[in-house]
Order: sequence, then C-alpha cells, then structure tokens
Amino acid sequence: MIHSLFLINASGDIFLEKHWKSVVSRSVCDYFFEAQERASEPENVPPVIPTPHHYLISVLRHRIYFVAVIQSEVPPLFVIEFLHRVVDTFQDYFGVCTEAAIKDNVVVVYELLEEMLDNGFPLATESNILKELIKPPTILRTMVNTITGSTNVGEQLPTGQLSVVPWRRTGVKYTNNEAYFDVVEEIDAIIDKSGSTITAEIQGVIDACVKLTGMPDLTLSFMNPRLLDDVSFHPCVRFKRWEAERILSFIPPDGNFRLLSYHVSSQNLVAIPVYVKHNITFREGSSQGRFDLTLGPKQTMGKAVEAVLVSSQLPRGVLNANLNASQGTYTFDPVTKMLTWDVGKINPQKLPSLKGSMNLQAGASKPDENPTINIQLKIQQMAISGLKVNRLDMYGEKYKPFKGIKYMTKAGKFQVRT
Amino acid sequence: MQQQRFFALRLSRCVLALADQSARPAAADPGGGTFPLFHRASPPSSVLRNEDLKEMLESNKESLKLEAMKRVVGLIAKGKNASELFPAVVKNVASKNIELKKLVYVYLVRYAEEQQDLALLSISTFQRALKEPNQFIRASALRVLSSIRVPIIVPIMMLAIKEAAADMSPYVRKTSAHAIQKLYSLDPDQKEQLIEVIEKLLKDKSTLVAGSVVVAFEEVCPDRIDLIHKNYRKLCNLLVDVEEWGQVVIISMLTRYARTQFTSPWKEGASFEENNEKAFYASDSEEKSERTEAEAYVMDPDHRLLLRNTKPLLQSRNTAVVMSVAQLYWHLAPRHEVNLVTKSLVRLLRSHREVQYIVLQNIATMSIQRKGMFEPYMKSFYVRSTDATHIKTLKLEILTNLANEANISTILREFQTYVKSQDKAFAAATIQAIGRCATNISEVTDTCLNGLVLLLSNRDETVVAESVVVIKKLLQTQPTQHSEIIKHMAKLFDNITVSMARASILWLMGEYCDRVPKIAPDVLRKMAKSFTAEEDIVKLQTVNLAAKLYLTNSKQTKLLTQYILNLGKYDQSYDIRDRTRFIRQLIVPNEKSGALNKYARRILLAPKPAPVLESAFKDRDRYQLGTLSHSLNSKASGYQELSDWPAVAPDQSVRNVEVVEPVRARSSQRFSLSGPASSSESEEQSSEESDKTSSDSGKSSSGSEETSSGSDSQQKKKKKTKKAPQKKSKTAAASRCYLFLRGKMVADVYSRASFQVTAPSFGPVKTYELLHHMTGKGLSAKYHFPRQPCLHQPGMVAVQVTLSNGSDRSLEEIHVGDRSPASLNIHCFNTIGEYEASSWCERLYLNKLLPLPEQAPPLPDKPLSLNNIDQAKKTCTISISLPLVHDCCTLYNTRPLNPRAHAQTHTHTHTQTQTQTHTDRDTDRRGSTLKLSIAGD
Repeated sequence: MIHSLFLINASGDIFLEKHWKSVVSRSVCDYFFEAQERASEPENVPPVIPTPHHYLISVLRHRIYFVAVIQSEVPPLFVIEFLHRVVDTFQDYFGVCTEAAIKDNVVVVYELLEEMLDNGFPLATESNILKELIKPPTILRTMVNTITGSTNVGEQLPTGQLSVVPWRRTGVKYTNNEAYFDVVEEIDAIIDKSGSTITAEIQGVIDACVKLTGMPDLTLSFMNPRLLDDVSFHPCVRFKRWEAERILSFIPPDGNFRLLSYHVSSQNLVAIPVYVKHNITFREGSSQGRFDLTLGPKQTMGKAVEAVLVSSQLPRGVLNANLNASQGTYTFDPVTKMLTWDVGKINPQKLPSLKGSMNLQAGASKPDENPTINIQLKIQQMAISGLKVNRLDMYGEKYKPFKGIKYMTKAGKFQVRT
Repeated sequence: MQQQRFFALRLSRCVLALADQSARPAAADPGGGTFPLFHRASPPSSVLRNEDLKEMLESNKESLKLEAMKRVVGLIAKGKNASELFPAVVKNVASKNIELKKLVYVYLVRYAEEQQDLALLSISTFQRALKEPNQFIRASALRVLSSIRVPIIVPIMMLAIKEAAADMSPYVRKTSAHAIQKLYSLDPDQKEQLIEVIEKLLKDKSTLVAGSVVVAFEEVCPDRIDLIHKNYRKLCNLLVDVEEWGQVVIISMLTRYARTQFTSPWKEGASFEENNEKAFYASDSEEKSERTEAEAYVMDPDHRLLLRNTKPLLQSRNTAVVMSVAQLYWHLAPRHEVNLVTKSLVRLLRSHREVQYIVLQNIATMSIQRKGMFEPYMKSFYVRSTDATHIKTLKLEILTNLANEANISTILREFQTYVKSQDKAFAAATIQAIGRCATNISEVTDTCLNGLVLLLSNRDETVVAESVVVIKKLLQTQPTQHSEIIKHMAKLFDNITVSMARASILWLMGEYCDRVPKIAPDVLRKMAKSFTAEEDIVKLQTVNLAAKLYLTNSKQTKLLTQYILNLGKYDQSYDIRDRTRFIRQLIVPNEKSGALNKYARRILLAPKPAPVLESAFKDRDRYQLGTLSHSLNSKASGYQELSDWPAVAPDQSVRNVEVVEPVRARSSQRFSLSGPASSSESEEQSSEESDKTSSDSGKSSSGSEETSSGSDSQQKKKKKTKKAPQKKSKTAAASRCYLFLRGKMVADVYSRASFQVTAPSFGPVKTYELLHHMTGKGLSAKYHFPRQPCLHQPGMVAVQVTLSNGSDRSLEEIHVGDRSPASLNIHCFNTIGEYEASSWCERLYLNKLLPLPEQAPPLPDKPLSLNNIDQAKKTCTISISLPLVHDCCTLYNTRPLNPRAHAQTHTHTHTQTQTQTHTDRDTDRRGSTLKLSIAGD
C-alpha cells in the first residue's frame, strides 16, 4: 500500500518525509518535479504519476503537495482519500495546515503518521481515537508537560478501537450538554451571458458540534426529507432507519463532525439569489476596454445577501484596471490578472456596481473570450432548498441537552459567463 | 534491579560496537549509501550538534532524553542522516516514558536495516513486551518488531506473529495481520507458514481484523481463492461494520472472487438449453411454465448477498469505498442494476480535485459502454473555467461520449463556449471533441464542419491548427464536394505555422487534387521554395503531394516534382530520403522499376478509408475499474486480472459453513435450524419469523425478486428437513437461506446494533425461556447472552431479553425494577414507554446499554408489511447487563460468552395491559410483575 510520504512546499522543497516500509530515496520526487514543471498551474499537476519503479499519487492542499509513493497496485482513490484525511487531521490538531505549523509540530506530526498507518495500511484515522493516543498540542498542555514531565502520548488502547461505535469514546463528560447542527447549502450554478441558468444544483451538508455526556442516541427528522435526493452519511448514521423512515438516528461522535452531505434532487428549480448585469467589452484596435458590473438580489426570500465577493480572471492582455466601486473595495493583481471585488452586503435600494476602464497591452489583439465571473455569497438563516429540520430527540441519557440548529446558504461554484 | 544490570551490560556492548564502528568509518556505515548527498554535505556544525544530542541521550534526565529524541525525529523528518546516534538511541528502548519509547521506536524502524547488529540489542525488549497484559503495548511491540527489517530475526518474528494471531485482543490480531505482510516482504520463503496464519485469521469474526487480513491475503497469496470459500458469507455480512479502509480491500477482493465463482448475470437464459430438452418431453402446458422459468436467469444467492450487502456502502462518506462499490456493481451486477451507482458517483464530483480526476476517469470508461447511465446527469459534467486542465479534458471526454441525436445541440452550444476558452490546450481538445461528435452523429456533421471552418479564421494558432486537422478527418469521411473548404484552407496555408496543420492541408490537396486542379500545383510551387525549412512531417507530405500531382497533372508539375525529389534525396532525415527513393521508383518510369510502375496511380490515389475518431478511453475497460492500472492505462505491478465469468458455476457448497448445533434441547435458535427435540411451537415461530424477514428483505432490495422466491423455496426445504436429527443432513440450500436472513439482519434498521445482536448466530445461541406465553397470558420472555463485549462497562455482561407480546393489549413501562441484591450492578435503561399490541414493533435493541430510542411503538405507518406478519408474534428485545465476578475481557474475544459466575439479576418487568388509551394507565393496572432470574451455567 502506501510506501512513503513526502511533503513538498510551493517552492519545491521536500520538508518532511516519512517511510512506512523500507526507505525510498527522495530522488523519486524528481519525477514529480518534472510533472510540476510541465504543468502551467499548480493545480494542473496530474494526481497520478508513473515512474519506472514507483507510482506517485499526490494531493495539493493549502499550497502543500502531499506525495505518496506507491509500489504496487492499489486503488488510487484509497490513497487520495487517505491523504486528504491526513490533511484534515493536521488541521484538526494544529488549527491550520501550513508548512510552518507542520515544522513546528514535527514530532506530533511524526507520531500521528506513525499511528495512522501500519505498513502502509490505515490503522487509525478516526479523530477521537487519534486524540486519545496523541493529545493535540496546546500551550497549556505544553506547560503542564514541562513541569510535571507527563507526555502527550496515551498508554492505553483507545476505547474506540474495539467498540462497535469506534467514532465515540466512552466516559465523555460535560457540564453543559449541547448539540448544535449547521445546515449549510451551496449553490453550484453556471449562468450564461444572457442571464439564463445553464445548470444549477444544490449541495448541502449538516455539520454538527455535539458535546453531550455519556452515550446519547440522537434522532433528527426533517419536515421535508423528500428533498434529499442523494445522501452520504457519517458512519454513525443507521442506514436502514433512514431507508425506512427517513429519520437520522445515530450515536454521535464527540465534538465536531460532518453528519450528512446531500444533494437536492435536480427536478426542483433552484432559486438563484443574485443576478449580475455586466458589460465587458474590448474594442478592436484600441487599447482600452470597458468594464461595467452591477449586482442585485433575485430570489432571496426576504433575506439579506451578505459577504459577497466577486472574482474574475481577466484576459492576459489586460495591463491595468481603472475601476470605481460604488461599494466595497476591489483589487487587481497585474501578475495573475485576477480581479477581486469585496462587495459585502447587497443593499436592494442601492445596488453595488463596479465601473471603469481597462488598459490593454498596446498592439495586442483583442481577447476573444470575455472573462467568467465567480461569485461567493452568504445568506444567513435560510436553506435555499427549503429543507427544514423537524425535531431532534435524544434517548438514552437523562439530562436535557441544549439544542440549536442554524441554516445558511452559500454560493459554491457559482459562475457567470460573460 | 535485574533489569538495571541488564541495561548496564547492554550499554557496555553498545559502546563496544560504537568503538568498532569508528575504527572503520567508511565501510561500517551502510546507511551512508542512501543519502550520500546529505551525509557528505553535512557541515561540521551538524556533527557537533549530533554530538550534544548524544550527550543528552546518555544523560540521566528523562526530559533531556525526550528533548534529544524530539530533535532526532526532526532530523529524520527532514531526511537528514542521524544514523550515527543509533547506539545512544537504542539504549532508551526500554524507557518507562511512553513518548520517549515511541520516538525510539520511530528511530529504530528507520535505521535498523542499516545497523542490523545494534538493532538486535533491542529485540529482547520487544519479546518481553509481547507478553505484557496491556494489549496496546503488545500490539505496538509487535508492530515495531515486525518493522525491523533484519533478516536474522525472521524466526522470532514468525513466532511472534503466530502467537499474536491467537491473541485474545482483536487489536493485537489486527497488528499480526499487518506483520504478516512485513515478514513476507522481508523473507518470501516463509510463504507457506504465513498462509497458514492467514487462513486462521480469515476465520476471525472480529470486524477489526477482517480488513487487515484481506490485505495480507492480497499481498501474500492472492491466488489462493480456496481460502475465501468458507469465509465468503461471513465477509459479506461483516462488511458494513468493517472500518472503511478494510471495506475497500475486501470489496475489491470479493469482486475478483465473485468473477471466478458465479455465472454471468449478463447472459439471458444461461440455463435455457438444458431445460429445453426436458421441455421437449413434457406436455404443452408444462413446457410453457418451464420455458418461462428457464429463461429467467437465477442468480446464485451468494452473488445476490454480495450485491445487497455492498449497496448501503454507496452512502459512505469515504470516496474510495463508494468507488469500490461502484466498480463491484459494474463488474458483477446485472445490467439493469448498475444504474444504482450513478447518483453516488456523480456525488463524488463535488469532492476534492484529485477525487474528481479519478472518478471522471472511471465515468469516462463507463459512459462509453453505457451512455444511458450518465445521460440524465449530463449537466454535472459541464466545464467551469476554474477547473484544472486535466479535469476539463475528462469532462469533455464524457460529454462527447454522452452525445446523441437528442442532446447534441445542447452539447454543441456548450462546446462553443469552450472553444473560446483562454486555456488554449482545452480549446484544442474541444475542437477534437466536436470532430468526434460530427463523425458519430451524421445529422450534425455539416453544422460542425461549418463551425470548424469559421474557427479557421481564429486568431490563435493552436485553435486553427487543431481545426485543420479535424476538418481533414471530417472531409475524409465525407468526400463529396467540399472543394470550397479546401480552397479556403489553401488560402490560409501561408499563415499556418503548426506543422501538423500544414501537413494536413498538403495531404488534402494531394488527395483531392482533381477538385482543386489550379490551386494544388501552386501550393506545390510554394512548398518547393520553402522545402528545406520545413519540419519532417511537412516534407513527407510535400513529397506525397508532388507524387500525386505528377500522376494526375504531370504537364504542369513534372519539373517541380523532380526538383522536390532531388531535394529530398539529399535530406538529412533517413525517412525523407527513403520516401523520396521509393516515390521516385514508383512514379518515374525506367527499365528497373518494372511492373510496379503501372500500378502507381492505383497505389497512391486509392480511395482511403475514413479514420474512426475514437475515445481515448475505448480500451480502458480491460482493466478493473477503480484500479491504479485503469487510471494509468497500463498494467501496474501487482495488478490482478479480473477473470471472465466461468461458463459453469463451480460448486456452490464450498461456501457452506458448518454451524455447530446446540446440544440443548430447548434451544430455539432464531434463523437457524433447530435441534431435533425442539417443540413444534418454537419451530413454528422461527420459521414464521424467517418467512417474514425473507419477504422483508425481498422488499428492501429492489429487483431481487428471484432471491426472495428462491429463499421461499428454500424455506420449504428447510421445513422438510427440520426434523433431521443431525447437522450433517442439512442441505446446502437451507444453510444458504440461513445466511440470507442474516444478511438481512446485518443491514437492519439499527444496522450496527442489530449486527451485534445477531453476531452470535455464527455459533449457537442458547436461548432460555423465562416466561412461557401461556403463563404470561400471551406475553412470553426469553433471554440469552449475546456474545460480544459490553459497551457500557468492561466489567459487565450483556443479557438480551426477548419479549414477545402475543396478547392483544399493549405493554407499557418496560423498565428494570429493584436491583437486589445490592451487590449487583445493573445498567438501567430508560423506561420503554409503551409497547403496543396493535401495531407491530419490529425489534427493540437496548443494545448493550446503548439505550434505545424510547418511542417503542414506531409510527403506525411504518412501511413494514403488516400482512405478512402474524399479529400474534411481536417481539421486543431488550438487553440488560450485569456485572461478572471474573475479569470480563477474557470472555469476549473468541470463545462464546460463558458467564461462569453465578450472577443473578432480578429484573422486574412491569407488564401492563391496557385497554386503549394512555389515560387509562393508572386505573387499569392488572399486569403482572415478572421476575427475571438469570443464572449462568
């Protein structure tokens, strides 16, 4: 299975290596660097690279390449999924997953990697099991450890490893018992030049933060479960109960976890929360281009559209942009040609707009494609699909927990072609 | 004390070894070879630092040692050589500080191979640790011991693995499965012995072990398919509860297994011929019925079991699991069931970029064979400008595969946007895609061609070049009057610099020179001028063009041709000189050329077949989907071929597992054959129950008609044989049926909980009667000890009580009563509010104190088939736990739970019959109080 792991930063330095079987020389990464050179963008490096004796499978996250070395046949998704799980774990432990954080905590990283794989096969990837084995570093704990000489490493087999609910450890205790659920929906859409929707779909997740004492058994039911077309669950959810009754019944992991991700059936029409009026033109022969963009709310069900961020990759020929934003601030990076406009909240009475001119390279021909516009936004207290949680019940424990549910809609991959 | 002395001794040995090493500095460092660069380049300061690390490691202070070890690990992580610290580090292997110890392990595993002699010093520590009572320490000792790649300790490792494989802790057994692979890679000669261990571990019933042992199986002896037979059904049933990584390997192994064991579900009427013969002799009416039966393909129940048990995993959050189920369905399921996986695969497209890449590759292969599968999701494959290039190309590939008459206009409109993309490589790929659509769908060929001609005036060179190449191919498929396009291209010829495009235009000129009789010689004239500066491919086509023109229009082009042939004769490239010589002999008549000359025209101007524009994923289906080989389109090392379906299924009975019969007479085992003396009533019940479950299972899995009917018939068989005195007479069918029911159980509503409850059915379950339904006025109670650890507290034992409410009243307030004697500790479950008689309550699991949902009576509209159920049989299973005097962890591993202690629990179950409503509760209390008295044997 997974033979070795190399961590490579944006400038091409291997800053961490770990071997689970015999040592593979880091010169194997040269093949990776070759592929990296060939790729125009960092994202374009192919995830699977064959070399004469090994195969390199890599993921790119937080501008770090995680390159796994494989020696024989293994499902590539297996490796990819595992690498992502490693990144998630690092993030969970250190808050951020950056080169600096990994270098600062290199011992914990090594201990983690040692526990996560045995002979290249995943051993413990559940966050709660790992946290019992290796406690996450905090300032307080570091201080206590230096004084008392105790360690970050557990001596016992984590309780989860042997239980039927490996995601939950036993003996959890809280003074405030609370369970929060966030229903977050994302709209993926492509809007064409004329403003009509080419494709739009809604993907959602329910993220939970459950801090409950003991072994609670929760059920969560929806007002309109029929909306959910395709779902994937955290392993704790009892699948058959869902099949039969459309109720989520589960013993939750302790802490933060993703309970459910779903896809809303495509028959439903997707409400598009904003519209974009755009006029981006380049004239033949002149070194000037016009840029005119106005945003407005469309179907928002009376909720405010917040945290709007517009970004667009302008054509290579654009040298500079001279724009005027009626609201928020805009930046244009002359190297990457990326235009970003941080709009903020849309006020329906006074629509935000960004107008002005672009300077083109003298003598360059008119770009043949207008840039696409990517939009990010947030709408609080609403799930755009109309999904509603009916009730949350707890069984098996005697106390009354505090329950909370929050809805939010975001733009996922929301693109407007111009 | 003794230990200290031991260390002192070892220390002196270490020092000796160190001295020895420094005596021959160059040769004694085999590790130097691995990182010669770092070794040599290490500045003197780092040597100094290592020196002080050594001092720290040899100090008495724990904290200093730990600090030093942390720095050493930092060195290892950076790939720096820290091997000279080996003697200093290895001394700390027996440290009491667990973190220090772990870090030493990390170091040891990294450098043991280079410093074999010194590494041997640590072995005894591990051997001792293997005997520790703490399972975690045993496991980590085995992990490290097996990771030390020193050939001399192979026998020790072998011994340790064998011992660990029989360990009580499943965690240690899991580690031993991993160790098998390590030992195998170290010394392949141990294969035979290791296979024995694998065989033993395959029988393990723990979900923890299953995944790891299958990995070991795949690595060591993937061809020993016979080891799987007996464990096939168990693996299928365990699958849902195995950890996700194990699921992936088990599923791919079972895919391979199933392809060798079952007949193809794709062929319709596989058994048709055989039955036809019978029908010949039968009467007409019989023949009819026989025919219909024969035409239906009957799937092996084990085959169905696999498909059914993997289906829920499509909902897994782990993308690798979803993909492996998808490939299993693709390779094993009947054609109409494969569509099940579409939605889930499309869902994966929301995941990370790398996941998308692999999934799209697989979808591309699938969509070639089965367009219908992904057509409804076409819009999910629309390209976004933010996608990475390789994702874009794959999406394009899929869209092209999905194109048909109905959706081509939408797709072409979408392609028009892509052609304008700033990413020119992608735009070029789009043009090729348009070309493919044009050849595949004849309705749009003209539209596409016109569109492509428009693109010829595009400003970007790659776009133009790609269009030329594609137009050339399209023209070839449609050789009717397209002289306009050829003329247009000839005009553009001067501006095109991409050699492939120039060559294409030259070829077109030559091929259709009769359509453009005036232009072609002029193009040749231009080419003669620039011949020497052209690329090879263009030169070759120039020579071709000259030859063709010489044959058709020799008056105008004779001199030009000769000039070009002369240029070619002295070209630098072999190919061109060769081609020139060949062409000259072919077209210019002289005495030597002989007969060939006459055929020159027919050779050069023969009508040529149009090229077929095919998908690059056309032949990828020779590899199993989801594999590395499929992704690379070349065979990866260690790839196991997926065999073809056997024409005749091998013997099914190899998969039968002997179920050990209970000796007791009063054992009414659920879902398994009962002993000879069981009363007819309990027999009745069990068969009824299984009836209902089988019909249920038929419902739950769509399109498994034949299965439920199959199990029905087996049900009958079972009834026939149920009086059989011994297990030997049990038919294969019956036992298969038994497994079916188990399969259903595993995937039950409370999938995890119910699995645990039914787990004991691998072995016998002794059920004891507590209350007969006659004495209980319709209420009966039975109990048994489920064979799994108590989740609540390790010192407790689970007892599962099954209440069957045969009365027409509801039960209310089921709870644990007074606990006496006081020494007993019973984990109370919450009161079960009401257990109605009028509505069916399937099963209630207070599974080992994971207290159960209180709402005992599920909603009345619960989609359970009420009509299939005998209203009188309503079962409610609850379990309580009681403490055991003996250490409990010894009980729950391999052997059946056998509470030796005379533990007694007194459970008062207030049964309460109630007329109709909840309000009557207090007034109408005429229920009896049960006293459950449970004693172990």
